Amino acid sequence: MKAHHLAATIVAVATLWGRPVSAQEAGDSTARRQQRTLDSLTAALRAVQARLDSASGRGRNVFNPDIGVIGNLVAAVGQSRGGSEALAPIPSLTLQESEASFQAVIDPYARADFFLAIGEEGIEVEEGYVSFTHLPAGFLLKGGRMRAHFGRLNAFHNHTLPWVDRPLVMYNLLGGSVDDADTGIKDAGFSVSRLIPAGKLFVEAIGEVYRGESGTLFAAARRQEVSAIGRLRGYADLSENTNLEIGTSYARGYNDAGPGLVTQLSGLDVTLRWRPLQRSIYRSFVARSELIASRRAEPDTVQRAFGLYASADYQLQRRWFVGARFDQSERARNASLSDRGLSAVLTFWPSEFSQVRGQFRQMRFAGKGTANEFLLQFLFTIGAHGAHPF
Amino acid sequence: MRSFCSLLALAVAATVAATVAATVAAAEPAPGPLRIVTTTQDLAALAREIGGDRIAVEALAKGYQDPHFVEPKPSFILLVNRADLLIAVGRELELGWLPSLIAQARNARIQPGARGYLDASLNVKILEIPTGQITRAMGDVHPLGNPHYWLDPANGRLIAQAIRDRLSELAPNDRAYFKQRYADFDARLAAAEKRWDATMAPYKGTKIVTYHRSWPNLMSRWNLDVIGYVEPKPGIPPSPSHTLQLIAEMKRQGVRLIVVEPYFDLKTPRSIASQTGGTVLVLAPSVGGVKEVTDYLQLFEYNIAQLSRALDTTR
Repeated sequence: MKAHHLAATIVAVATLWGRPVSAQEAGDSTARRQQRTLDSLTAALRAVQARLDSASGRGRNVFNPDIGVIGNLVAAVGQSRGGSEALAPIPSLTLQESEASFQAVIDPYARADFFLAIGEEGIEVEEGYVSFTHLPAGFLLKGGRMRAHFGRLNAFHNHTLPWVDRPLVMYNLLGGSVDDADTGIKDAGFSVSRLIPAGKLFVEAIGEVYRGESGTLFAAARRQEVSAIGRLRGYADLSENTNLEIGTSYARGYNDAGPGLVTQLSGLDVTLRWRPLQRSIYRSFVARSELIASRRAEPDTVQRAFGLYASADYQLQRRWFVGARFDQSERARNASLSDRGLSAVLTFWPSEFSQVRGQFRQMRFAGKGTANEFLLQFLFTIGAHGAHPF
Repeated sequence: MRSFCSLLALAVAATVAATVAATVAAAEPAPGPLRIVTTTQDLAALAREIGGDRIAVEALAKGYQDPHFVEPKPSFILLVNRADLLIAVGRELELGWLPSLIAQARNARIQPGARGYLDASLNVKILEIPTGQITRAMGDVHPLGNPHYWLDPANGRLIAQAIRDRLSELAPNDRAYFKQRYADFDARLAAAEKRWDATMAPYKGTKIVTYHRSWPNLMSRWNLDVIGYVEPKPGIPPSPSHTLQLIAEMKRQGVRLIVVEPYFDLKTPRSIASQTGGTVLVLAPSVGGVKEVTDYLQLFEYNIAQLSRALDTTR
């Protein structure tokens, strides 16, 4: 078949090349005729090249990584009150942090995952790490740039959240700034985790060491000023349809307040899920909450700030989800300032590969009054579509 | 606040201590029956036919659950972590949930490519392998063909052979036992197939409609003609315009049976049935899909009995 295509193309090229000149064309200049012939020849050769590429492409591409791109268009209307020092206001329209993913097995011992966050101002490595899946004694080692396993949502990518934005406490206590639309602890380092035997209970312990630079949270001045993160999470199936997950986390790193000054974070997270298995594509419920305490040492004082969010999401029908979230958080750099927020969310999934989401968000920024905003989000996926995190 | 921080710091310290203790205590897998984890109850049933009491088998997805959309729960990670053999349906049926379980399993034995990973689809007859360019405008199509292939007993036999061979590799001392159990299963299946063929013979060429494309292997095995689907495209919920077209087509061709999987909403199929004078029949797409179906042979016993009864009444 391929030989037939190739032969037909060559015959077509030869025909074009040797086509006799008609009386009408005789009036054209020689240069124009030659140009047309050359254009036809070039097009035919491109077609031959494309066929050759596709003939051999299957074999060549088999080891290429799975590639996917997730677009994230966000629109905002209403009064933002200028956001805060930790939370940048959302522009009226922005293609916010589209994500390109490249994932593949490296060799019999490891796999690699890259997630590039493509914003309107440039590309950032959201995550890029190697996972060693064959270590002895049940260890899992990851190395690279990662979203840290502090709390529940920090490790989630934006497009997997049930809201347009992240909870306020993540902006206020995990390194949000007016210069970055996103927030959370993400840094270069190593992560080691292990399952702890506990019968039918799932218990996982995670220890991580990072360079110590993450948003406005950690700012290592010297090589030895690394940050450290520990997390312990337990999970239990309460019934076939219901499960509960509880996690505790701790983070420590050097801040930008002065030499040797440290910020410590402690967190507690709880997630309750319900999904009746036989109707799992039509009904589900998730309630989550995270409590985070920050202790930021400064030259003359210690800022102790606390924040939390609590949310619930219910699946009404196969493609419709409704949810609400309560936010409250003091600010890491000035704990006397406290912000609050309330959100109501409605999401429609045209298919597994796209979502349309509307979120009404009311924020009360300390000293600025109330900001009422309506956020609209279009999420759309092309290419490989990885598993959603659980 | 200070006490909250102290409490959490204590919890983290306990974590580290527990991890160290667990690592020291971690022994190699305890001897005993081979631990098999399968992604579906069909594969578990076939593994049980071959492995008998020499294996302990657990399935991740339930038979009454849509196998495309299974949550990768941490409790599944525990099962896969302890498995000696992981058997998957393959053909990208579990694409949305199995890779993350395998990546977090911390179990080298069951990684794809290892002896403890078996893709059950490699030697079976696969239908509906797309040709030409495919895009997601066609819905949630499976580029490697229809993954519901276990619904033809001939494929069940081939899966059982693959399981027999892999179990014999992993536990060579029990090779004769697995061989004997396969021969017994093969004989029972062959006898049952004759019965099922005879039951279904009168309905050859009957036209039906199904909800999702779950049944091509079952229907083509017994020569039933699926002329349409309740879903406008695979994975896309029914739309009013498609439903109207389907009703018109069913009336035109005199189709009166709509087969539905147990995990789909019956509202649209019932509405179609009421307008076409037809019947909605919920069949078991998997072992465990309904209570009565507890093994691989019963999967067909149940479906054939239900189908033949429904085809009799809708004739």
